[in-house]
Amino acid sequence: MPDTAVSPASTATETRELTYGEAVNAALRRCLDEIPETLLYGEDIATPGGVFGVTRGLRRDFGDRVFDTPISESAILGSAVGAAMLGRRPIVEIMWVDFSLVAFDQVVNQLANVRYVSRGELTAPVTIRTQQGSAPGACAQHSQSLEALFLHVPGLRVCMPWTAQDAYDLLVAAVHSDDPVLVIENRTLYPTGKGPVRLGGPVQTPGGLRVRRKGSDATVVTWGAMTARVLEAAATLAEQGISLEVLETVWLNPFPTDEVVASAARTGALAVVHEANTTGGFGAEVVARVAGAGVALRVPPLRLGLPDSRVPAAPSLVAGLLPGAGDISESVRDWLHSA
Amino acid sequence: MTATDAAAGSATATALADLRQVWRMRAFEERVRELRLAGDAVGSIHLGIGQEGVAVGASGLIGPDDAVFATYRGHSWAIACGVEPEALFAEILGRATGVNGGRGGSAHLTAPGHGFFGENSIVGAGAPIACGAALAGRHDGTDRVALTVFGDGAMNQGAVHEAMNFAAAFSLPVVFLCENNSWSELTPIDEMVGQPELFRRAAGYGMPGERIDGNDPEQVRDRLGDAFEVAREGGGPTLVEAMTQRLVGHYIGDADQYRRPGERERDAENEPVALLTRRLRDAGTSDDDIAGAERAAREEMESASAAALAAPLADPTTAKEHLYA
Repeated sequence: MPDTAVSPASTATETRELTYGEAVNAALRRCLDEIPETLLYGEDIATPGGVFGVTRGLRRDFGDRVFDTPISESAILGSAVGAAMLGRRPIVEIMWVDFSLVAFDQVVNQLANVRYVSRGELTAPVTIRTQQGSAPGACAQHSQSLEALFLHVPGLRVCMPWTAQDAYDLLVAAVHSDDPVLVIENRTLYPTGKGPVRLGGPVQTPGGLRVRRKGSDATVVTWGAMTARVLEAAATLAEQGISLEVLETVWLNPFPTDEVVASAARTGALAVVHEANTTGGFGAEVVARVAGAGVALRVPPLRLGLPDSRVPAAPSLVAGLLPGAGDISESVRDWLHSA
Repeated sequence: MTATDAAAGSATATALADLRQVWRMRAFEERVRELRLAGDAVGSIHLGIGQEGVAVGASGLIGPDDAVFATYRGHSWAIACGVEPEALFAEILGRATGVNGGRGGSAHLTAPGHGFFGENSIVGAGAPIACGAALAGRHDGTDRVALTVFGDGAMNQGAVHEAMNFAAAFSLPVVFLCENNSWSELTPIDEMVGQPELFRRAAGYGMPGERIDGNDPEQVRDRLGDAFEVAREGGGPTLVEAMTQRLVGHYIGDADQYRRPGERERDAENEPVALLTRRLRDAGTSDDDIAGAERAAREEMESASAAALAAPLADPTTAKEHLYA
């Protein structure tokens, strides 16, 4: 079965003031508009417009290609696999990443195997949109950062946008990709980040990173909502004479190993900061890749993340676990001074 | 010749064609068993010997745009879809010429060009995927029916429940075909459910459901055909529970010591070769024609497996290909 033919992407561009959530909506609108094979479905996404309002108006404008589903993650993800095998390009929403666990089979055993096992005779260009992370008062089953689970699965692409522009660009790239892509958004960002977002234009290829700050004393790799805390910490440390290079790796698969290695080689120090648990977190893989590349670091690598814990509901308890900007700047300063 | 005679003659011809097809599937799997026991094929292989009547009855119903989703006990379904036995043997033998070049193996045979969207090693996982194939048909202008085949054990999987509700809620053209061989792997299904008449669950989803004799291809053709027609005409999904039996263990190597008293005798009488042979004898078909069905199938599978064995092994330098676009 040949890959779905994707209509040529629109090259006309315009810039609009959008929040992160509105940028997601704009990306979905563009994809539904320019790729007739797209379908958009999930729990409460059509008529209600999504529990965060992100998919508002799309049912009205695209009719039965946009629909609500039963609360059945296996049926949502499984039907996306089947529809993609038969030439559709489904975009499905898993409301919270935590909910994907009830249907992990369809992601790991099914979706990720389609192309490989069929030797490319079948493909599964499915985009899974979900969101994750801690927010005040969210409970243990609505707070986890689970990207590492998916990054352990060859065959899946994974990205985590932080800015409104990336929320748009990465999602458009994901839908156009002939591989299954998991786009992990963050619900705390939906109403934020209002600013100019460039719409239209060429479709990006999955991959690449964002150099959010140039620096010379240490390379700090981060992704997702944690990027804001790292940048705040970097600003604080700059005032104290410590210069951090902050790399936001928006694509985790494919991961920009060469660029990270080059930066670490230049600064001689590597820290990874993520919201996910430290043990088995993707930060461990980043450290291993830099070490494996033979980069000589003047200080042992630093990993900051959730310190291998469940996530409590009370904000004061969460504050005791998740590194904030202050914790990050303190940890990084102490770490660099230990060199 | 009267009209009644002509109808009887045609029924006999169909029964003989069915017997030939049952024997092709059985001879294929018996040859697979020999290859596994000889060590030419490796790993876990699940045979459906005795269950062929269901796939034979269904085979004529599958149209060019339809999509079939089977389980790891799905060799016969690949044959029913028209996949060449040599490519199937080669796949099971890990050959480069296998239908999936050795990436699938016995449990993941896939041949989309034949409408065979694959076996699945996860019990019940094909049902939601079939819903997606049906959903695609709603948008691509075909009148596709998606057939998902699974065993009695899969009826206790959450994914199957979700799929049945999803298909019913959206009136999707899905035919849920449960091959009830009464054993969920090594455990009897009637001890694992409160209601052993599995087809009755259909009512709870608001779809038709019925139990049929899966050993009789004619009955399968007729009843499953109705389900296909309903689906194709927009009437939504149906659950068909085809009663059958597995004459062999769950996998090659299963000691199969768990059968109930009298079960094997009953199975031997009911299984499709016995049923069709009786029917043909009663209709006056010669022993020669009946024996010929088996002989031709064995010759075909002997030669197809020999060709597969002669093919080169899958090339290890290609093992990382086809992971990504």
